[in-house]
Amino acid sequence: MNISAILVSTYVISILGLFVFIWSLRKGGGQSRPNGGRVIFEPGEVGRIEDPAADSGERDALQAVSDAGNAHAHQPGKADLAVRFEADRSTRAPVLLLLGTATLWLLIGSVFGLISSIKLHEPDWLTDVAWLTFGRTRTLHLNAVAYGWTALAALGVVTWMLPRLLRTPLRGSMFTYAGTLLWNIGLGVGLYCVANGISDGMEWLEIPWQVGVLFAIGGAMIGVPLVLMLPRARVDHLYVSVWYIGAALFWFPILYLVAKIPGLHVGVEQATMNWWYGHNVLGYFFTPVALASVYYFLPKVIGRPIQSYDLSLLGFWTLAFFYGQVGAHHLVGGPIPVWLVTLSIVQSVMMVIPVIAFSVNQHQTMRGHFAALKHSPTLRFVLFGAMMYTVASVQGAMEALRTINNVTHFTHFTVAHAHLGLYGFVAMVLFGAAYFALPRVLDVEWPKRRLIDLHFGLVLAGFAIYIVTLSIGGWLQGLALLDPARSFIESVTLTYPYLQGRSLGGLLMTFGHFVFAYHFGLMVLARLRRPAPIAQAQAEVMHG
Amino acid sequence: MDSGFKLIAGALTTMALATSALVVLPYLQVRDLEAPPELKPYTEQELRGREQYISLGCVYCHTQQPRGVESGVDALRGWGRPSVAADYVYDSPHLLGTMRTGPDLFNIGARQPSVDWQLGHLYQPRAYVAESNMPAFPFLFEHKLEAEEGEHVVQLPPSAAPDVGVIVAKPEALDLVQYLLALDRTYPAPIE
Ligand code: HEC
Ligand code: HEM
Repeated sequence: MNISAILVSTYVISILGLFVFIWSLRKGGGQSRPNGGRVIFEPGEVGRIEDPAADSGERDALQAVSDAGNAHAHQPGKADLAVRFEADRSTRAPVLLLLGTATLWLLIGSVFGLISSIKLHEPDWLTDVAWLTFGRTRTLHLNAVAYGWTALAALGVVTWMLPRLLRTPLRGSMFTYAGTLLWNIGLGVGLYCVANGISDGMEWLEIPWQVGVLFAIGGAMIGVPLVLMLPRARVDHLYVSVWYIGAALFWFPILYLVAKIPGLHVGVEQATMNWWYGHNVLGYFFTPVALASVYYFLPKVIGRPIQSYDLSLLGFWTLAFFYGQVGAHHLVGGPIPVWLVTLSIVQSVMMVIPVIAFSVNQHQTMRGHFAALKHSPTLRFVLFGAMMYTVASVQGAMEALRTINNVTHFTHFTVAHAHLGLYGFVAMVLFGAAYFALPRVLDVEWPKRRLIDLHFGLVLAGFAIYIVTLSIGGWLQGLALLDPARSFIESVTLTYPYLQGRSLGGLLMTFGHFVFAYHFGLMVLARLRRPAPIAQAQAEVMHG
Repeated sequence: MDSGFKLIAGALTTMALATSALVVLPYLQVRDLEAPPELKPYTEQELRGREQYISLGCVYCHTQQPRGVESGVDALRGWGRPSVAADYVYDSPHLLGTMRTGPDLFNIGARQPSVDWQLGHLYQPRAYVAESNMPAFPFLFEHKLEAEEGEHVVQLPPSAAPDVGVIVAKPEALDLVQYLLALDRTYPAPIE
């Protein structure tokens, strides 16, 4: 049997299996928990919206949408939100530290992204010093946005969500502070090393291991509070977000440590290891954390539990199983064992299963509530991110297929795909989560509600331009590379207009990030100037 | 904490599966590979040049993995036969790369063995290929009135040559070029 036949049949069988699974759940067999999604609501709270980023008018409108959706089993009663209030209060300072530092790295990372982008069409710009050469600015960009913004923001959102999810205040916050500090030191020193040409040389793993080990230690420390809180959790089962978060916090330090063991990895095995790490840091860290956020914020904003709790758990397990083995699709056609590439291609295509499970579920949950998008800033970011998860994953599964991979493999198309996933999905969800969490963290409202719209508009437009131009340019580049009648340099020159388009998109995104940071700064100032009396806020939360 | 246990057990299993497939098995497969007899270990200078290649991030634009006809037309572009695992025994860290903003360099030493071309191209790629977007690396060179004893004067096309004085290569540039010239796997592929 040839490889494509194996691939097609495994694929068909699994899709069938998925439908059988859904069908059996509808019949209510097995360990199903139809009401599992309610655990993130206090008793009587289902049907009540929550979006701290919205102003009071919007909140009313949002509540009206939720009421009109009329999909609630119960009318909302008077909920006792004291538990939630305690949870929120316990995470304030550590989450502020995580999200604050994440935002600083976002600005640095975006500026380096923009510089790298411009350099690809203005190659004689900023060539006088080594630390500004493309190979270094690009590395600074990747590490600052990935380990700075995305990772720290993800850890911040996780730290903020966990006490809410477990209905118990944060424990062991010293570990969170210490971990955050170590992580930031590791990143600062690491970027300094990269700028000065000290690099371990593998993509995603450039920061020298002596420094990078701080990520593993810091990351593990930020995970400790989860372990301390679990025995005190006041819930009858762990919500799906906790599954994703728990796994991600457990996976990341292992990934990083194994990847960085000095002197162990040899020859092309380093390459397979490199992409085992490179793709798993996405699949086993960023993706689960961002999914956990969607599973929490989306139902919370519209006041409606996730449609199928069972499907969400199926999504978790299929992701855990398939995603770990997709890494070798970065080496299709390369000098590594053929079986390995085939395995990764099959698993890449299998990833469609968790993605469908997730998308169908979110869509079902949102049904009848799409009008809420008009009134909820959080929802706009989070839902957009969720949609980009679907798009990026389906695209990724296609890109792994050899016929398509032959065109896209070594081109800018891959870079567009990377931004579709890490930016369109992960970063957007994290923006939404930050908009939701920060008013609770700082105990003040967002000072200028319009700036949130501006941020969304800028990054949406910039992102669209970025993805469209670079995908087209990358595809054409790939076709040119495959055509022996065309000289190599043609594959370079034809990309220039698209690379310029990307710079424009990136500029808008970067502007958007400055708007976000500025607004965040205004909010901190507002908090410093007018410390909100805590007792009053508590009264509002409990009776409002 | 039943589900807590399930979670950790499951996470550990899936991670173990992934690690066996992508790290452990490949490790066992390539650990004992012998270098092909024609392939020589890098010299000290070449290794220093390799460090330059890493530190300047050439890998973000250049692959080092020519592929077979099923994946493209690499051989027709003169990039060499498909590489095999044994070609990489001396390569640590690996520099396979994932982008072809520039050409594959696995056999650049055979394709372009001229030290002067390589130096000049690093100094200003657009003096050789007008539409190139490869960065110029002027900081690997020095502009002097005249060269001193033992210094390597770079022969530049008139468009890139300075009006007065000469451009001499710093040791980093010379190391880097020695590394590039060592990139030559034109021997027949060893049977695996
Ligand atoms: C921004 C992407 C980029 C970076 C970074 C880059 N190059 Fe290039 N390189 C190119 C492009 C495009 C070409 C093809 C046009 C040309 O010859 O200039 C090229 C061509 C070459 C060639 C000639 C290949 C041939 O087949 O003729 C060599 C050698 C080379 N580069 C070496 C390097 C080295 C060494 C570095 C790091 C110090 C480097 N490049 C960094 C883009 C890049
Ligand atoms: C939070 C926001 C961002 C994230 C998470 C992000 C993530 C990434 C990732 C993962 C890569 C590696 C891609 C690959 O090798 O396939 C990358 C590369 C890159 N990014 Fe970003 N990015 C962000 C914002 C930006 C912005 C605003 C720009 C501005 C134009 C930008 C420009 C670039 C460029 C030029 C590269 C290098 C591409 C190449 O090597 O050819 N990115 N980014």
